[in-house]
Amino acid sequence: MTVASERKPLVVRPETVVALPRHVQLKFDKLREMWLLLAPERILTPDDIAVRVLQLCDGTRSVHQVCEALAEIYAAPIDRIEADVIVMVQDLATQGYLQSVETGA
Amino acid sequence: MMDTSFHEPDSKLAPGVGTTHGLPVAVLLEVTHRCPLQCPYCSNPLNLERPAAELATEDWVRVLHELADLGVLQVHFSGGEPMARRDIVELVAAATDAGLYSNLITSGVNLSRERLAALAEAGLSHVQISFQGSESETADRVGGYRNGHAKKLEAARLTREAGFPLTVNAVMHRQNLHQLPEMIDMAVELGAQRIEVANVQYYGWALRNRAALMPTMEQIETCNRIVAEAEERLRGILMIDYVVPDYYAVRPKTCMGGWGRQFFNISPAGKVLPCHAAETITGLDFDSVRDHSLAWIWDHSPALNRYRGTDWMAEPCKSCEHREEDFGGCRCQAFALAGDAGATDPACSFSPLHDEIFRVAETEAAADDMSFAYRNYLTPVPGE
Repeated sequence: MTVASERKPLVVRPETVVALPRHVQLKFDKLREMWLLLAPERILTPDDIAVRVLQLCDGTRSVHQVCEALAEIYAAPIDRIEADVIVMVQDLATQGYLQSVETGA
Repeated sequence: MMDTSFHEPDSKLAPGVGTTHGLPVAVLLEVTHRCPLQCPYCSNPLNLERPAAELATEDWVRVLHELADLGVLQVHFSGGEPMARRDIVELVAAATDAGLYSNLITSGVNLSRERLAALAEAGLSHVQISFQGSESETADRVGGYRNGHAKKLEAARLTREAGFPLTVNAVMHRQNLHQLPEMIDMAVELGAQRIEVANVQYYGWALRNRAALMPTMEQIETCNRIVAEAEERLRGILMIDYVVPDYYAVRPKTCMGGWGRQFFNISPAGKVLPCHAAETITGLDFDSVRDHSLAWIWDHSPALNRYRGTDWMAEPCKSCEHREEDFGGCRCQAFALAGDAGATDPACSFSPLHDEIFRVAETEAAADDMSFAYRNYLTPVPGE
């Protein structure tokens, strides 16, 4: 598994596999009692759904598989979820908080 | 080593309106003032801390754990040149051990493959390398270090090879602003995720060298255009953080998000400062981690409490509708330019000195004096 290094913007599709890069860390802050996304010179406070998505983007699941898992968690039809999740993952990837992973498959 | 602009954290992390300070989120650790480079824009104080006064390894390790307990999330190892500390890997490991996100802000000139591997093993999250230009002639003259630019390019490659994400720190001023497009290209070619286009802020050595560094208004307009175009073109490839020079601004910067509000610095000798330039304000006594716990200092240090919130303000800040947004701008700049740290930052258009500093900037830029007083332990400091 190698992190794609080519310098062109990632276009997120259902089969894309993404993960948090080394410099982006999702952590639960006990003192503040909230989830945080730590990146260079930036700290974000993702909402519950974003936290779920980020946790599922572990470099093994495709975006479609992330949606399957979410469909189960939220008991919602996958076709209603997938479009929204692709937009969210695309936005996070464009800002550098997620990057694509080549699975070698 | 240079200006580091902390960006506004997510508003859910910010202390509410009317509160003086919240849990600190990020801290700049100036672990040493030693540096092989001599950049004339350095924001370190003119009176550089001697190596003998630096905190020992065990002090820093204790401090790192205290920082995490206090709520700090990110630490930036800076200086001077943080790699000049022989125990830097140990300090990064202590930060990781304490659960802190760590960033190394370095010149890169002494980053070897071996040391990068050790830093990766110690859990470092991110590396930020400063560049003084897009080619050796300009860059090495500005940095006052022979062959520095070539070493930095190599360090950037090694950084990427070691698996670290990279931020290119492009410090911009009148003598290198014409190279900005090439510096942005260089960041892309080096595989950087992010570039900080940081126009010099005038404190410490930079204030002393202001006449040699101040850009022209025309340069700033060109710079704004180049940054806007690059942000559009490189969306999803390179993040651009942009710091504008405030002498030409209308509104002052919300310096450090407000004095002692969410950010602080620790000096090589262990003093807790609201920002890296705060020691330039005479008459304030900053508390040291050698004498007190960080928790005590954060809440009770008289120097930190001096300009917190809005109670200290005089007019025009006191009744200004922006007082909770920019907190009157920068206290150090108010002290340096207005002679009173409690005055409105002259970068603000409501300051009576605003027009004057605008003219000073224009005049100095037009005179085009190119000579630098290099930042080192030997350059005489006025008043000493």
